[in-house]
Amino acid sequence: MSLLLLIEQVLNGLQFGVMLFLMAAGLTLIFGVMGLINLAHGSLYMIGAFCAAAVAGATGSFVLALVAALAGAAIAGALVEILVIRRLYGKDHLDQVLATFALILIFSEGTRWLFGSFPLFLDVPDALSGPITLPGGIEYPLYRLTLIAVGLVVALGLFLLISRTRIGIQIRAGENDREMIAALGVDIGRLYTIVFALGAALAGLAGALVGAIQSVQVGMGEPVLILAFVVIVIGGIGSIKGALVGALLVGLTNTLGGIFLPEVLKLFMEPSVATSVGASLASMAIYILMAAVLILKPTGLFGARA
Amino acid sequence: MTRENGFNLLIVAGLVLVPLWAFFADEPFTITLATRAVILAMAAVGLNIALGLGGLISLGHAVFFGLGGYAMGILAYHAQTYTPFIEWPFVIEGTKSMPVIWLVAVVMSSLAAFVIGLLSLRTSGAYFIMITLAFGQMFFFFSISWSAYGGEDGVSIYLRNGFPGLNTLAPIQFYGLCFGLLMLVLLFASLLARSPFGLALNAARQSEQRVQAVGMMPFRLRLAAFVISGAITGLAGALFADLNRFVSPAMFSWQMSGEIMILVILGGVGRLYGPVVGAIVYVLLEHVLGDLSDYWHIYLGVLLLLVVLFVKGGIIGAVSGRRAAHG
Repeated sequence: MSLLLLIEQVLNGLQFGVMLFLMAAGLTLIFGVMGLINLAHGSLYMIGAFCAAAVAGATGSFVLALVAALAGAAIAGALVEILVIRRLYGKDHLDQVLATFALILIFSEGTRWLFGSFPLFLDVPDALSGPITLPGGIEYPLYRLTLIAVGLVVALGLFLLISRTRIGIQIRAGENDREMIAALGVDIGRLYTIVFALGAALAGLAGALVGAIQSVQVGMGEPVLILAFVVIVIGGIGSIKGALVGALLVGLTNTLGGIFLPEVLKLFMEPSVATSVGASLASMAIYILMAAVLILKPTGLFGARA
Repeated sequence: MTRENGFNLLIVAGLVLVPLWAFFADEPFTITLATRAVILAMAAVGLNIALGLGGLISLGHAVFFGLGGYAMGILAYHAQTYTPFIEWPFVIEGTKSMPVIWLVAVVMSSLAAFVIGLLSLRTSGAYFIMITLAFGQMFFFFSISWSAYGGEDGVSIYLRNGFPGLNTLAPIQFYGLCFGLLMLVLLFASLLARSPFGLALNAARQSEQRVQAVGMMPFRLRLAAFVISGAITGLAGALFADLNRFVSPAMFSWQMSGEIMILVILGGVGRLYGPVVGAIVYVLLEHVLGDLSDYWHIYLGVLLLLVVLFVKGGIIGAVSGRRAAHG
């Protein structure tokens, strides 16, 4: 096992982790501020990817595709919030789960109806294609490195938005006491729509960025959604910091587990058995991680509320 | 007799008469649809014990459904290929006997429910939902990577498993078996709800502090409810696999968990016959809408949204005029 391979896999894990963060940040923000479990968050990821693929196909511009993904997901998010989600605040989680599950059915089948069942492809932009040589002689795809950078920049931006701006103060206040900030003259309805659209835009951005390295297809959002749930369970619901730490942990565990578990098992098992057992264990590794965190801290690493 | 009880009787009568009619009119497909509804109803009755009685929003009940399915698939696969399931430390052969398979399904899903419950019930609310969902995915991915039993493709069983004295390949006989089991499960569920255990569980859902104050432990009550709930859903999973003579990771998928939950909510949470009505309506919708359009999930989604937003208490709530299930 060479050091180069290790570094490469760590970078892959980081890349996966920061993309998960974009998903998890929106989820955790929406849950923290509005107390809403949004299963349809994965649909917004899918909408971002489809908007990007459609616009890139029509114009050939990756930048326009990203803009379309952000706008498309944000608009879809705002519409969903105004038409449906608004009626679910303060209802019990069961209604929220069911209604957002219904939204998934509508979005998935609607997308299948519009685009068909075949996957679309979104190409990596020319400027970012190909490998780059890192210090130490590691060849690594430039696009994936860009994803890591974009994810970290967005994370920083989100921290600043929440901690330094007026809307961030309102968001934090809304988490603590919605009656009080409504009484202080903040338009709660508008604030919720904005937070929801912001979360949707982050999911859409993740969908578009990942869409260039995977295929863009109906149902692509759900596996990521569940991983994002694992992330915020580990990090603690409502905490952006927790989402970042959780996402990186999950990304690294998932990527490194798939590579190294079979290798480790080969030390004391037959190679063929080790490969299959290792693959099974690796696919469960993040859930085992989640269970371990829960045993130690039932509200997650940075969670305050249960 | 309340309107709800009358409606329930009507449902049972329908479940007896419609398949009988189909049998004499030689409409085996209708019997198969009814069997599907009855089995899904059983899975949902299982979930309703956790969800309606215990207030535990489990979005991972496909774990138990799938375990029941794989218990059937694996045992029947070994019987079909004449290979033992385990050779060491002692030999366990496969089997084509339904009672044995049911027992294994119930034991396996109870064990899984115990472990998952032990971990998940440390939390509550949104955490519980997400954790059960995540455990469901864990089993889903495990079944996909388990190449010994077909991985993603699953396991096919050529002949339906046997039950002493019955020809299970005859649709009406298999239906009768499933219907009988559903009635037993419903009887059990209604006795459970009225038992001291059921009352305590219900109380724990309404006020955790009060239950604790009288010296009972909500955690234990919930764990027991979760295990019973998982066991029933596991039994339904074994029957479902036998109906299709096929089991695949799809039974573990989170869409499956969502569907089982839809059945409960469509019919009415916390009502004895809620899951049964939900399953009948769901199977009918699937059949009717599926004929109308390839994109029938859109209509299902819209319908669900309308039920959640505007019809409190599900179909039974709307029919009986009593909106709240827990009076």
